[in-house]
Amino acid sequence: MNSRKTVVTTLGGLIAASVLAAAPPAAAPTQVGFVYVSPVGDAGWTYQHDIGRKEMEKALAGQVTTKFVENVPEGADAERVVRGLITGGAKIVFTTSFGYMNPTEKVAKAFPDKFFFHATGYKTGPNMGIYNARFYEGRYLNGVIAGKMTKSNIAGYVAAFPIPEVMQGINAFTQGMRSVNPKAEVRVIWVNSWFDPGKEREAALTLISQGADMITHHTDSTAIVQAAEEKHKENKNLYAFSYHSDMSKYGPTAQLSGTTHHWGAFYTKTVKEVLAGTWKGTNVWGGFKEGMIKLAPLNKAIPADVKALVEKEEKAIAAGKLHPFAGPVVAQDGKEKVAKGKNMTDAELGAMDYYVQGVASTLPKK
Amino acid sequence: MQPSLLSSILFATIVAGTPLIITAVGELVTEKSGVLNLGAEGIMSMGAVAAFAVTVHTGNPILGILAGMVAGMGMGLIFAVAALTFMANQVASGLALSIFGVGLSAFIGKPYESQTLPSVAAWNVPGLHKIPLLGHAFFEHQGLVYFSWALLGAVAWFLYRSRLGLVLRAVGEAPVAAHSVGYNVVRIRYVAVIFGGAMAGIGGAFLSVFYTPLWVEGMVAGRGWIALALVVFATWRPARVMVGAYLFGGCMITQMFVQGSGIQLNIPSQFLSALPYAATIIVLVIISHNKNTIRLNSPASLGQPFSPEA
Repeated sequence: MNSRKTVVTTLGGLIAASVLAAAPPAAAPTQVGFVYVSPVGDAGWTYQHDIGRKEMEKALAGQVTTKFVENVPEGADAERVVRGLITGGAKIVFTTSFGYMNPTEKVAKAFPDKFFFHATGYKTGPNMGIYNARFYEGRYLNGVIAGKMTKSNIAGYVAAFPIPEVMQGINAFTQGMRSVNPKAEVRVIWVNSWFDPGKEREAALTLISQGADMITHHTDSTAIVQAAEEKHKENKNLYAFSYHSDMSKYGPTAQLSGTTHHWGAFYTKTVKEVLAGTWKGTNVWGGFKEGMIKLAPLNKAIPADVKALVEKEEKAIAAGKLHPFAGPVVAQDGKEKVAKGKNMTDAELGAMDYYVQGVASTLPKK
Repeated sequence: MQPSLLSSILFATIVAGTPLIITAVGELVTEKSGVLNLGAEGIMSMGAVAAFAVTVHTGNPILGILAGMVAGMGMGLIFAVAALTFMANQVASGLALSIFGVGLSAFIGKPYESQTLPSVAAWNVPGLHKIPLLGHAFFEHQGLVYFSWALLGAVAWFLYRSRLGLVLRAVGEAPVAAHSVGYNVVRIRYVAVIFGGAMAGIGGAFLSVFYTPLWVEGMVAGRGWIALALVVFATWRPARVMVGAYLFGGCMITQMFVQGSGIQLNIPSQFLSALPYAATIIVLVIISHNKNTIRLNSPASLGQPFSPEA
């Protein structure tokens, strides 16, 4: 009796196992991992990626599960985290900071049957794609607003590290500002940190005390918009532009607009392609046209004509009719980088290591 | 009237140096009793989150500071129990406390993530704040800045002019001798550690309620470690802690002013960012070039456990 029962159970188990094995792979949800450089919080770079992750998870409900690790230092630790996600069952991993590039590449080489996507880098492989957004398109329009709104003709820019992406933002902002206000200048403070609210705030206050009445930043916290909101009481023409997220909650009067990021559609599309087996290398660089960046809501303080101009130019950028780096683009030292009638190429954008005319600070020569 | 450039720089320097002074002076007292507590970063984080949470709910920054202080004392107590009662390795316990504090503060702070507070008004010292140039720089600050000065004075007086201070230093220099003449070494060290924790808690509270009135995970951003380094570089002298903290803050602020001014300067910004650290080290190395003064000032039993039974 007993032995027969065992046989039946074993047989049942075998059948169940074979059914499971034969089922199409889509039945078991695919695990997708995300590596974040800072805490998710409720504004900023990582926050926008996390919104994208949730949108993708919702769009592909049942097909995927997601997992994320936040606050991962760039460097050796990142490699350990990426490896951990893979050995923990993830098939696809998105690493969302520039400093993860080499660790991601290393792990991608070690696991050729898994898929890796790195944000803001330049190294690709048979199973490693890259993606980024054309933040500079939004920066240009922020600059246009700043150029129209400034009274001191000085804008302040709190920047993290002098990599091409940050340079693009500073230069696009300057180009936009000068397109409507040739007297305008942009002053830059590098804090050499992506995330140090105390230092970011100090840099913003420094720029304000030096006469800047338009301030923006390429760092991760909300400290700058918040500082502008506080100082707005003393100087009614002091305004800020947010970055990554809409930060109007932190600067209801002071935030004029901002450049916001939107990753959800890209994540959904990419994961779908990997699941369907149709993915063939990715080097995505999307802007207004693809909906990967948007402008934060425009402040009521912006006059109607400026608003109309910004809306018109946003459409022109999306349609490819207006390029923030349309020639002539002149570097700070007077050298012409792009001739009149031409647009800057993506390769030139990706290698940007100079200030354009209108930036008052100097970049040290290498 | 727009304050002058120099007074703006001085003003910002003092603000940037304040959390460092408060935390470092607390650590100095702890170390003078012979205990090395490397947990400052974690204690500051806990102080910052506790102060922020209480200020959000009560709207009262003073209650916030008290909460930061109490949180810091709690962290100090945890360390004291591990290091003094159970005689765990002080370096390892301190590092663990740092990691624990940073992590726990992030956990506690989740509901407060990225919330902000209205900034706390400055208190102008009557009369003094009208002095041209220096008035704005020194006498138009938030209350905790004046507290940091009072604290420095009080601790310097306590350590070198009071009987209890003498006992504390004796405990740090020669615990066995202090024990043999009837002082309760462990109890004195407990008090010193908890005092150090309280000050680091206030240092953290300054960051989240006064300096940058918001809470985000990781906002202490290494200031606890800088405070620890300041104690060593100040060769355990309160006045030099102040010199070091302002030197550090001053270099940070000055390089920002230089960057923002548009002055043509061919120095990499990374170098400028490293300058506060480099300058602090260089100046304090010069101050303490005489090895004997360091040896005289460094508490002889620093980091060594003491058991009354042994």
